[in-house]
Amino acid sequence: MLTLIDLVGLLPLLIVASTAVLVMLGVAWRRHHGGTAAVTVSGLALALASLPLASAAPSSPPLMIFDGLALMGSALVLVSGLFIAVMSHGYLAGYRGPREEFYLLLLCAVTGALGLVASNHLATLFISLELLSMPLYGMVAYSFRTERSLEAGIKYLILSAAATAFLLFGMALIYARTGHLELTALAAGVAGSPDPWILGGAALLLVGLGFKLSIIPFHQWTPDVYQGGLAPATTVVATVSKLAVFLVLLRLVLVAPVFGSGWLLGLISLLALLSMFGGNLLALFQPDLKRLLGYSSIAHMGYLLVAVIVGGPLALETTGVYLFTYIVATMGAFGVIMHVSGTGSGEDASGLHHYRGLFWHSPWLAALLTLSMLSLAGIPLTAGFFGKFYIIALGVEGSRWWLVGGIVIGSVIGLFYYLRVIVTLYLREPGMQQAVADAGRGRVEKLALLIVAVSILLLGIYPVPFIDWVAGLAWAARLL
Amino acid sequence: MILFWLILIPFLGGMLCWHSERWGEQAPRWIALATMLFVLAVSVVLWAGGDFSAYGTGERPWLLEWRVPWIPRFGIEIHLALDGLSLILIALTGFLGALAVLCSWKEIVERVGFFHLNLLFVLGGVVGVFLALDLLLFFLFWEVMLVPMYFLIALWGHSGSPGQTRIRAATRFFIYTQASGLLMLVAILALVFVHYTSSGEITFSYDALLNADVPDNLSFWIMLGFFIAFAVKLPVVPFHGWLPDAHAQAPTAGSVDLAGILLKTAAYGMLRFAIPLFPEQSQAFAPVAMALGVVGIIYGAVLACGQQDIKRLIAYASISHMGFVLIAVYSGSELAIQGAIVLMVAHAFSSAALFILSGQLFERIHTRDMRRMGGLWGRIPVLPGVTLFFLAASLGMPATANFLGEFMVLFGTFRSAPVVVVIASAGLVLGAIYSLLMMQRVHFGREQQPGLLAGPDVREYGMMLALIGLTLAVGLNPQPLLDTTASMVRPVADLFMAGPVRAGGMN
Repeated sequence: MLTLIDLVGLLPLLIVASTAVLVMLGVAWRRHHGGTAAVTVSGLALALASLPLASAAPSSPPLMIFDGLALMGSALVLVSGLFIAVMSHGYLAGYRGPREEFYLLLLCAVTGALGLVASNHLATLFISLELLSMPLYGMVAYSFRTERSLEAGIKYLILSAAATAFLLFGMALIYARTGHLELTALAAGVAGSPDPWILGGAALLLVGLGFKLSIIPFHQWTPDVYQGGLAPATTVVATVSKLAVFLVLLRLVLVAPVFGSGWLLGLISLLALLSMFGGNLLALFQPDLKRLLGYSSIAHMGYLLVAVIVGGPLALETTGVYLFTYIVATMGAFGVIMHVSGTGSGEDASGLHHYRGLFWHSPWLAALLTLSMLSLAGIPLTAGFFGKFYIIALGVEGSRWWLVGGIVIGSVIGLFYYLRVIVTLYLREPGMQQAVADAGRGRVEKLALLIVAVSILLLGIYPVPFIDWVAGLAWAARLL
Repeated sequence: MILFWLILIPFLGGMLCWHSERWGEQAPRWIALATMLFVLAVSVVLWAGGDFSAYGTGERPWLLEWRVPWIPRFGIEIHLALDGLSLILIALTGFLGALAVLCSWKEIVERVGFFHLNLLFVLGGVVGVFLALDLLLFFLFWEVMLVPMYFLIALWGHSGSPGQTRIRAATRFFIYTQASGLLMLVAILALVFVHYTSSGEITFSYDALLNADVPDNLSFWIMLGFFIAFAVKLPVVPFHGWLPDAHAQAPTAGSVDLAGILLKTAAYGMLRFAIPLFPEQSQAFAPVAMALGVVGIIYGAVLACGQQDIKRLIAYASISHMGFVLIAVYSGSELAIQGAIVLMVAHAFSSAALFILSGQLFERIHTRDMRRMGGLWGRIPVLPGVTLFFLAASLGMPATANFLGEFMVLFGTFRSAPVVVVIASAGLVLGAIYSLLMMQRVHFGREQQPGLLAGPDVREYGMMLALIGLTLAVGLNPQPLLDTTASMVRPVADLFMAGPVRAGGMN
């Protein structure tokens, strides 16, 4: 039964969900873009503020678990949600269709992600995952009059549905053998010798989740969705969706010993290596910044899989640090894209040529994009370096030399295209001046971008408080 | 604390340069110059006031030391320490940094502020490399100097070349060095975790890791990780692919920094980290390293003979000179290592001078292609004579510092590896050939065009006189330099002597 304490633990989720309802009612009553955005942002901020309160409450609602992992995930989800909501306001200002529903979809997706990171039962896992995915179809295809956006939305919908089918089938197989849906009970149920049915079920689960993470070979949707979707929607796919799904995958792997079985780990290692190489290689000659980021995210998920393979408390810490640094850098890159793109035409400024010489008319945006790229490449003094440091340290600690080699080679290939983006920003080409929609963007968006830039630098120079926080949460996670 | 400021000041100066652009074109130049002169002045003051005979013993291992915890979670500290070698190299950084600012005074006319930001960031990173003792901090600075160098080459690279090649050269430079840097990171982490499993203490501290107990099979690979990172930067021959292009496309200031200082970080890294951390493995590896050094000497010199582009010629000559350094570092002889340090300093002066001269030549005749030169001796006052001096220095003329360095290297190495020395000496002959060839083709011969060109102005005179003076000073009276570094070199040389295997499998 739910108790009052449990409700306190659920507070962030409840706040976000009720904000969604509020926004929906508001839209039904009267359309107001600024007001809707303000309500969304304050709802998300309130949820973020309630996190310490929620984590202090010893709550254990049924089907869910609020441990360090969930808390870490919730914080990351809310921070990215907040950023996206703030940036969407400026981005959608020039959009001609209805604007307010976008925030509704965003809030629903965030609710789903919050549930996902805290789910302790296959039912909540499934429902939250769908609650996260469904609004995303709408968000990606939001600008449905442009062909690209619609194409991306439909592609995402169909492939996602297929992945969901895999996921459900996997759950069914595991349930059929163990008779449990709750993760801890399920883990105890499969603890014996894993039979082929359970292994098959686990592999199917992996396929379903791997699709959301766009791990090779389940990555085909990524470039199209990244390119076609509206920039804020793509940002949700790149940050909220990926991090929530990754955390749930990590929880599954750490809880259920079946994933520790030899060939399944070998399979994950293979997928990780494939993603590292494939993602980076596919991004190499990409002329489109959003597609490039899509491929680069494939590679980053490949690096992150090392944490899943090695396991242990350091893996949790690594995941937290890496995910956060990755997300900050991704937010920086997409923040610049959102800021530069005007939605008047329905197409984002995603071609690299739009950014040629950006430094010479908006130096701060160029500096932020440079920082984000350097951070994604893992160069010291940016946040990304510590992410890479953790991942390599983890690989070395676990003596997974093949994976370490993969990370090193992958990063080197990656450098090539990150540098290509960076140098484009500084090239001066007279006559190629692209008008940049800069007017009419509010102070709040600029402040958000500034915060992202500062946190990339700060995490790169003095990451101690952050590392301590993540380490504390990782050791407090109840699944080890 | 003063060590920390030595690193911080170039970075702060760089930020200031960027912002001072609005105060006028000249402001960034003066700020950058003042910053580098400050670094130089601090190091000279430290040098004048330091007592270099007393430190190096157990109680006082460093001349100056500063440590504060940085990331306690992994035992990472901001641990800076100064000894004779780092002091010499920091003074060199300050001096060549000032020269780099001076030589781009007229060459760089656009985006001046941003240029000097990058220049000072490179130099700040280099100072950090020379001071950092914590392994992660060292790695950090090692990487930090790459990004601004990349920008220097990619954005201010030579306009004489088709647009795309300078970016390609910059990218190649970055990828080579970053790839090898990542290998070093893996090696550092492996070392740290091995030390952690044996001692239960997680730390990146140099002192602690010096005594790490590493299993034999692993330690060789870790040593190799360090070696490759340094070998790419030095560069050692199979890893040299980035150097000629980077030099040819870089602006003069970039070439001066690359040849004068960045290459030295590699030799410094070997002396400070690769050998002391893995003495036995290094000793076993010494024949291979020396062989690579010999290959580098001959290969660099032969290729230098065939170059048409002045800067490429100097770049290949650098590869050749660095081969001597590599041989000396792995010779295990105190005399040779001292010689390597003298040679590093001498090479910094002579190659910086030659790059500056080729930059000045480029400003006057707008080409670096030697086929389009000739007969310049009569057309430009003073500069050809200066060029002759530095080419003579580069080929190892007695009385110059270069002669002394090469002589000490060969003399010191002879006892342990005579065959290496014999072959390496052939490199000296080749050195004379390419140096004189360059002089002949650029300044003598038939005049391509008539007409007198401008002679050096005060700024150019000043730079050249300073470099000539220093080259002669070190060549004629090297004792102060040798005294400064002696107490750092002796323990490194002793490491080889103490080992069970004698170096010199080459003979």
